[in-house]
Amino acid sequence: MEATPLLAAERIDKRFERRLDFAGRLAVKLGAAPGNETVHALDGVSLAVRRGEVLGVVGESGCGKSTLGRILAGIMPASSGRILWQGADRDRLTGTERRTVKLAVQMVFQDPASSLNPRMRVADIIGEAPLVHGQVTRAELGDYIDTILRDVGLDPAMKQRYPHQFSGGQRQRIGIARALAVEPQCIIADEAVAALDVSIRAQIINLFDELRQKRDLTYLFISHDLGIVRFIADRVVVMYLGRVVESAPTSALFAAPNHPYTVALLAGAPRLEDRKRAFAAIEGEIPSPLNPPRGCHFHPRCPHVMARCREEAPRLSEIAPGRLSACHLNQA
Amino acid sequence: MTPTLDIAGLSTHFFTRDGIAKAVDGVSFSIAPGEVLGLVGESGSGKSVTGFSILGLVDPPGRVVAGAIRFKGEDLVGADAQRLRSLRGNRIAMVFQDPMMTLNPVLRIGEQMTEAISAHSKATKSEAQARARDALGAVGIASPEERLTAYPHHLSGGMRQRVAIAIALINAPDLLIADEPTTALDVTIQGQILSVVQRLVARSHTALLWITHDLSVVAGLADRIAVMYAGRIVEQGAVDGLLTCPRHPYTAGLLASLPERAVHGGRLASIPGMAPSLLNRPQGCAFRSRCGLARPECGNAMIAEKQVGDRRFACLHPLADSAGQVM
Ligand SMILES: Nc1ncnc2c1ncn2[C@@H]1O[C@H](COP(=O)(O)OP(=O)(O)OP(=O)(O)O)[C@@H](O)[C@H]1O
Ligand SMILES: Nc1ncnc2c1ncn2[C@@H]1O[C@H](COP(=O)(O)OP(=O)(O)O)[C@@H](O)[C@H]1O
Ligand code: SF4
Ligand code: SF4
Ligand SMILES: [Mg+2]
Ligand SMILES: [Mg+2]
Repeated sequence: MEATPLLAAERIDKRFERRLDFAGRLAVKLGAAPGNETVHALDGVSLAVRRGEVLGVVGESGCGKSTLGRILAGIMPASSGRILWQGADRDRLTGTERRTVKLAVQMVFQDPASSLNPRMRVADIIGEAPLVHGQVTRAELGDYIDTILRDVGLDPAMKQRYPHQFSGGQRQRIGIARALAVEPQCIIADEAVAALDVSIRAQIINLFDELRQKRDLTYLFISHDLGIVRFIADRVVVMYLGRVVESAPTSALFAAPNHPYTVALLAGAPRLEDRKRAFAAIEGEIPSPLNPPRGCHFHPRCPHVMARCREEAPRLSEIAPGRLSACHLNQA
Repeated sequence: MTPTLDIAGLSTHFFTRDGIAKAVDGVSFSIAPGEVLGLVGESGSGKSVTGFSILGLVDPPGRVVAGAIRFKGEDLVGADAQRLRSLRGNRIAMVFQDPMMTLNPVLRIGEQMTEAISAHSKATKSEAQARARDALGAVGIASPEERLTAYPHHLSGGMRQRVAIAIALINAPDLLIADEPTTALDVTIQGQILSVVQRLVARSHTALLWITHDLSVVAGLADRIAVMYAGRIVEQGAVDGLLTCPRHPYTAGLLASLPERAVHGGRLASIPGMAPSLLNRPQGCAFRSRCGLARPECGNAMIAEKQVGDRRFACLHPLADSAGQVM
């Protein structure tokens, strides 16, 4: 039997009510459109993060990666479904247990500039939470901050500076230090290296890897960059329009993708080995999550679409040990 | 054959309160008709300023301070504003990362396209209309007839970018400057745009300058690559040779830090440190503080470019070429 996952999502749904803009409100008044729009950002998403692994989450813009990350991190409520921490429903925990679990999952964001308070010194950005939560005393705080800064490759001498006095790569190190300060077990990194230049990006990816070993961390690594995910993740979850369409060990997924969307995604990604390639890509736009297609969300763009795909949403089911895919072709 | 674009010693500086930012400092390259040059470099290395300089769109406090920009033999640095305006959108076209830099939010797509046509030719209204419709179809937009009456905000980001490209290419320009036009887009949409540009450029024999920070994109698209660092081109040459056997340590470092070539679970080679400020670029080689091969003489004077075959690089101690020859 498999060990209980460290963190799991069970049939998570998330709906956002979108307030209409002026043109939209006018259309409603004139009877030309229904009222406020609902975005179904997550539609029955289940996944499990095993202790010690790096789970990659890939998918195109707007497919719900960040929303899923925020819900798993406990900084956004789900509309329905459960989040399990070591098998226990996180919403039912109380008292100190609840607080401990809250600190155990921390998030690192894409844009280091806007996720750090510009008016706080680095020492305070990092030291605030562990002090508030009683994880360190004020007397220990200075040394504690220095240790974390060294762990993320920053000179403790710079701790009285403000975020704007650092480069993009350094600011991302500060963001990571802030997450580490409360001694989490799991880090959710949402496009954490997307804004960085190639040479700096490699430094930060290496840092993630060092910290994982040194501090026994588990990662959920959200990225649209397949090259990075292939390098860093042990397993990968592929999302399309609010649903998980495939999940597999990284090497298996890249060697033989199953879901037609995954196939298209991998085929479309530019590669360093390409030379004078004739570019071609799957037809069609990414549909709006306001109005997702019926049945399989991918059917308007799928080269293998069948009548059944237009009516019935395929279930995510096991196609091989450790591999899940949601496509009717597997049931044919 | 006269190159479509020939740039020699281009320098564009910004005269700011904090000092002179040498955003582009002695850049030379040329592009032949039908050729694709990929200009790659990290943010702030001067790629966009190079593109704006060609178009005559550098605003104060910036100014082209030296060098020549020849378009089909004609000098653009000395050209007057009117001449540049008549070239832009006609013989020289551009697309940017944000399509709204070229699209007008309050005009219908069709109006913008027919305007671009009639500004530079004597087409009748219905001819222009038909050409606009065909151009939308050519960039893969479904039901182009209907889309002509849409406003930009009715379209998704990827569609807007394709409309911007359709407008840029509508007069079959001799030169297209594309500044990170797919950076903000998803993989499957990026593929659509690349295939469109590739086809249209081949058909009209357009010279293409594709500016990007993504080496993987230019690997499959370009004929030649120029690598920019801190305002200068440190290496340029044919795609295959440059990617398989870089001579400049910065090019080699960039390639090594890409996860694509790394083994899962291993460590990425990374370039230590970060790019210097352009306000006070060190004397000599600007890459010196990050370079594992640096020697004292690298800091002495500006590093002259060397040419070996079709490859050019600015480095005193280059990596060996494939024949093991260090020179
Ligand atoms: N606060 C919100 N209010 C309304 N809609 C929202 C909100 N947050 C997200 N959405 C919508 O939910 C969907 C999923 O968004 P999410 O940010 O999770 O996407 P993503 O996969 O992270 O995309 P990206 O790759 O662009 O970051 C999108 O359609 C988005 O517009
Ligand atoms: N209007 C401006 N005023 C001052 N400096 C500028 C201006 N525009 C660009 N620069 C500077 O020129 C350098 C190169 O910029 P750019 O060409 O935009 O880089 P990139 O390679 O990312 O396209 C940067 O250091 C930038 O800060
Ligand atoms: S279920 Fe049908 S439409 Fe969806 S991916 Fe599979 S074959 Fe394509
Ligand atoms: S000139 Fe010197 S410092 Fe610059 S890249 Fe070459 S070896 Fe390195
Ligand atoms: Mg996101
Ligand atoms: Mg730029």
